[in-house]
Amino acid sequence: MTAEVSQDKTESYYIKLKKDAQDGGYYLNPDENFTKELARGLLTNEVRYGYQSCPCRLSAGDQEKDRDIICPCDYRDADLNDFGACYCGLYVSEDVFNGRVKLTSIPERRNQGKEEKRKDEATPENYGVNKQQPGSFGSIVSTAGKYPVWRCRVCGYLCARENPPLICPICKAKKDRFERFV
Amino acid sequence: MAVEVKHIKGTNKSDVKLYALSTCVWCGKTKKLLADLDIGYDCIDVDLLDYDDQQEVLKEVRKHNPGGGFPTMVINGKDCIVGFDEEKIRKQFE
Repeated sequence: MTAEVSQDKTESYYIKLKKDAQDGGYYLNPDENFTKELARGLLTNEVRYGYQSCPCRLSAGDQEKDRDIICPCDYRDADLNDFGACYCGLYVSEDVFNGRVKLTSIPERRNQGKEEKRKDEATPENYGVNKQQPGSFGSIVSTAGKYPVWRCRVCGYLCARENPPLICPICKAKKDRFERFV
Repeated sequence: MAVEVKHIKGTNKSDVKLYALSTCVWCGKTKKLLADLDIGYDCIDVDLLDYDDQQEVLKEVRKHNPGGGFPTMVINGKDCIVGFDEEKIRKQFE
């Protein structure tokens, strides 16, 4: 039932993950064995389900249901901010990367009932869909106002999320160089 | 299909059930710690089960861990440790 992912595939995927992380201003877990095992788990899930479902969460086998936990998951950045690591431990904060803070397993953020899904919440599916009434313009569903917007004072990069990123993905300036824009 | 349970031998008298995922590294660390402590347990890799067995096992897991995350360790049918909490696990079996 489960195809074994080869060591070669795991190694080359690990290298790709590392490069992508670096380019985006993220740090991979510095424990190479740990990270390679996670890489293998991601590739295994891709073979099993057709998408890279988080290796530390039970996949529903349904891409619609699991969209939020396809790696990188929707919870990564909030978890990096609050705990210094994402749920499976693939991505870590600079402090954990440098050994200043110890990597530990973190609580699950998904489905804890804290995020209330608004009925009219924008998703890739319904964005721009007309809520049609005869004679009226369609309404665009938007999440503007749900998230603060942060600006990097070094390069001007803007992002709409709860907290600024640990590192600016454009110019690599640190989190403390961000200011609240909106 | 019956739920596949792997029994790992150990020197403890307690009944230990570990609900895990074969792809999760924290689950792997938990399995290794139990081996280092010579704790015997029943291991269920929930991701390797078919859909119906998974649903059955998840019901059981949620009785002890309503959040439903992995690894979930149930000791003697009542104590529950969620996640790789090394300190808590060592304390449980000292």
